[in-house]
Amino acid sequence: MSKYVLNKFLFTVDRDPELVERYREEPRATVEWWESEQANRILGCHTGESSTWLRLDDDEREALAAHDYPKLFELGAHPFLTLTLFIAMFERDHPPLGFQTEYARRLAAFRLPYPDIAT
Amino acid sequence: MAELVAVIASTHHPFYYRASTSTGEDRPPFADEWVRKVEAFRQTLTRARPDVLVMVGSDHFHQLWLDNMPQFLVGKAPFYDANFYNEEREFGLPRMVLKGQEDLSAYILREGLDAGFDLAFSNELRIDHSITCPIITLRPEADLPIVPVYTNIFAPPLPRPQRFVQLGRTIRQLVESWPADRRVAVIGTGHLSLELGGPRQFGPHGPDPEFDRKAVEWISTGDIEGCLSEVTLDSLHLPGNATHGFMDFMLMMGVAGEGRKADYVDTYDLFHTMEAYFTWYPSGGSS
Repeated sequence: MSKYVLNKFLFTVDRDPELVERYREEPRATVEWWESEQANRILGCHTGESSTWLRLDDDEREALAAHDYPKLFELGAHPFLTLTLFIAMFERDHPPLGFQTEYARRLAAFRLPYPDIAT
Repeated sequence: MAELVAVIASTHHPFYYRASTSTGEDRPPFADEWVRKVEAFRQTLTRARPDVLVMVGSDHFHQLWLDNMPQFLVGKAPFYDANFYNEEREFGLPRMVLKGQEDLSAYILREGLDAGFDLAFSNELRIDHSITCPIITLRPEADLPIVPVYTNIFAPPLPRPQRFVQLGRTIRQLVESWPADRRVAVIGTGHLSLELGGPRQFGPHGPDPEFDRKAVEWISTGDIEGCLSEVTLDSLHLPGNATHGFMDFMLMMGVAGEGRKADYVDTYDLFHTMEAYFTWYPSGGSS
C-alpha cells in the first residue's frame, strides 16, 4: 500500500483552508484532482522537480473519495492526520465533542494490534 | 558556566488556552480548577528565575513531514514564529513570535554531534503547540529566548525509549557545560496514555488509567530503570495509539537524573487524557 501518498493527501489538504472546504464539498473530484496534479509535487522543492511515480491504490482512493475514515484507519493512514482533517470538515455539524465520540464509535470494532502506520 | 535552575516536564493539552480564556456558558466546568493547577505549576518556573528556556517537544506534522523526517532536531534561529493555521482552527491558539538563543543552539548542535547524536538543525523553524502550550501555561509573557528541540514520537520508525533518556542526559550535560553566565530551565512536554484517531479516543479519562498511575510514579520518583524495564516501542501502543509521546517524558527524566525525585508533582484527570506536571530543582530550589 502507498501509505505515504495517502498521508500526503491528508497532510496537504489539512494545511490549506480552501482545500479543506473543497474536500468537504466535493470529495471525489478533489481526490482525483489532487492525485493527478499534486501527488507528485515534492513539498519544499523547486517547481519542476516533481516525482513521477506517486499514486494512490484503488482502495485508498475510494476511502478518501467516500470520506470513509474507518477504512482509512484500516489502511494504516496516520490517525492523527485523519482525525485532524476530519474534525476540520465535520466537527461543525455536531455538538461539542460529538464528532470525536462518534468517530471513536465508528472505529469501535478495531482491536489491538491496530493496523501498522509505518510508511 | 550556565546553571540548570529547573527541569520541568508537562503534558501539552491544546485545549487549555481556550478553556482558560472562555467565559459564561462557554467556560467548561473543569476550567477553574485547571487554571488553579496551572498557575501553581507556573510558580515553579517563575521562582527559578530562568534567563533561557530549552524547550523539548514534538512537531505534529506541522512543519516536519515524511519526505525528510528528522528523529531529533534543534532549532537555530533568531526568532521562531509559532502555531499553525490548523491549531488556530481547532484549538483557538494564538499566533506568537519567540526569540531564539542561537549561541546555545549552536553549542548543543556542535557538542551534541560530538556526543553521538546526529542532530538535525533548522534555521527557519515554525514551532507548534508542543512548545507553545508550555509557554502559555508556564511563561505567558513569552519573553525569554528559547532553544527548541523536536523529537519524532509520531512517524515510525521511532527512536527507542532508551535513546530519549540518553538524549535527556546529554542535554543536561550540554546545558551545564555551556560557557555562558545564564540560568537555564529545560522544559519538555509529552503525554501519558493517549489515543487520537482511534476507537479509544475522547473517553471520560485517558485510555489507560493504570498506565497513567505507573507513569506518574516513574516520573515523580525518577525511576528510569523501572520505566525502561516496562516500556518499549511495542508496549507503548497498548495504553493508546498516541502514547509514544510519553517518550518525551522519559527524555525529561534523563535530564532530571536517575533516582531524582521531582520537587513538585501534580495531576488533573480530565476527559480524554490525564494532565501531569513535574518540576525538579537541580540545586535544591535555592535561588
